[in-house]
This record gives sequence, structure tokens and C-alpha cells, in this order.
Amino acid sequence: MAQPRVQWFKFSSPPNFYDLSGRLIPWFGGLAAILCVAGLYVGFVVAPPDYQQGDSYRIMFIHVPAAWMSMFLYVLMAVYAAIGLIWRVKTAEVMAKAIAPTGALFAFLCLWTGALWGKPTWGTYWVWDARLTSQLILLFLYLGYMALHGAIEDRQRAANASAVLALAGVVNVPIIYFSVVWWNTLHQGASITVTSAPTMETVMFVALMLMTFACWMYAIAVVLWRARLELLERERRAKWVLERMGGKA
Amino acid sequence: MMEFLAMGGHGPFVWGSYGAALLVLVGEMIWLRRRRIALRRQLARLARLQESPPP
Repeated sequence: MAQPRVQWFKFSSPPNFYDLSGRLIPWFGGLAAILCVAGLYVGFVVAPPDYQQGDSYRIMFIHVPAAWMSMFLYVLMAVYAAIGLIWRVKTAEVMAKAIAPTGALFAFLCLWTGALWGKPTWGTYWVWDARLTSQLILLFLYLGYMALHGAIEDRQRAANASAVLALAGVVNVPIIYFSVVWWNTLHQGASITVTSAPTMETVMFVALMLMTFACWMYAIAVVLWRARLELLERERRAKWVLERMGGKA
Repeated sequence: MMEFLAMGGHGPFVWGSYGAALLVLVGEMIWLRRRRIALRRQLARLARLQESPPP
């Protein structure tokens, strides 16, 4: 019997995607809660005050994960948008649209917590620094993507137009990442890089990793949740929707 | 406890950050829940209409 070809597209069919994501969301949500409690405990109780910044550095445990999430979710959104644009995969278009609000919230949180961390440590909430400015542009790109998606009546044209915008904006993500290297920025350089050991106290690094994975799990749960709603709205007349929604208030 | 909340004098900044994070993330979940309930009601009505079309 021939080795069955891997059915890559099995879960991209709306009903399969809807059912599978429905089963996964509670797990991701639960994991996010556990990791967040653990991360906050290590970050606030176990980790010592910083010898220079005292306790304000604890903002790092939400600022850095939010920054990473905002950048990663944008790239993921662009990948899904490209898949939707090129191969017309409906669930990919739905995923791209489902990611944008969560990505925008993380971008906003990154700027907000960064400002509140900047005030006690730099003496200012905001400065037109390469890192901060490119992150602000990222937030505007997210908002622009959502506005464009909402502004166009026809669903397919809206998906295509916003996909092009998402792809045009992707170049901004490496700019953010390398901004601290290319320009002389007030914002500090990367303390954690894939190549070298973190230049940070281990217990602080553990707290940061816990919070990062908590944000990952949260983002997956929320994006899948929103994608399911988008899918139901798009396919409201489809048989599989009526089967799942029939009669239940 | 008070000493913990003071965060070495940086309390407003630290809790201003985590408060905003809590507000934003919980707000997003509440928003989704409300949207889900409204959508389910709409689709259930649509399903009933299709099962027994009005005369």
C-alpha cells in the first residue's frame, strides 16, 4: 500500500480547522495562565532587585515579551497573508486577519510599558529613537492593516489589499530588531541573542522565558479563538456551520 | 505587603505597566466572548430559519 501522502491541507479545510482549533484553545489558554503565574512569581518574588535600577527593571518581564510578540506576530501575519494572496487558502486569510488585533495590542503594550520603564531609568517617557520610532511604525502598520481590511466591502479584495500592505510592512521588523545595532540608540542593545549566553542574572532570565512562553500560549489561544469566529462569519451559510450551530442559542 | 507594592519607589511605573497589560489582555478576551455570544445567537437563528422557512 503506497505510503499515504502527507495530507498537508487536511487542517486548512474550514470545518477541520474549526474543530481542531476548538479542541486546542483550552490547552493553550490553561498553559498561558500557569506559565504567567509562574513567571510573575519568579519575576517578583524570587528575582532580586537590580543593583542599578532597583525594582523598575521588573517591567522587563512584560515589556520584552510584548516586544518579541509584536514583531513575531507581524511576520506570522505577513506569512499567512502571503499564503492567502498567492494560493487563495481561505483559512490562511482568516488567520492573518485574526492575528492583527492581538499583534497590535502587544505592540501597544510594548510602547506603553517601555515608556513607563523609560521614565525612571532614562528620565523620559518618549524619545524619537530608532528602536522606539520603528516600533511605533509597527503599531501603525497593524492599525493600517485592520483599517484597510475593514474599509473594503468585498471580502476577497479586502484580504488581498491588506495582504499587500502586510507584506510591504514586513521590512520594518528587521529594522526594529537591528535598530539598536545600526544606529546609536538610547535604547539598549539586545541582552538576549540566539548566539551568545544571556548577559543577565539567571533567575531573571528564567522569569523572562516563563513570561515569554506565557505570552506565546496566550497569543495562540486568542488568535485561534478569533479565527474561529471569523471563519463562522465567512461561512455562515455553509452546511458545516449550520450543523454546528443549528438550533443552539 | 506595602513594601512590596512600593517597588522601591517605582511602584507607579511597575504597576502602571502590569495594570495596562492586564486591562488590555483581559479586555481582548471579554471582547471576543461578547462577539462569540452575539455570533452564535445570529447563526442559531439563521439555522432555524433555514430548517423551517417562514410561510
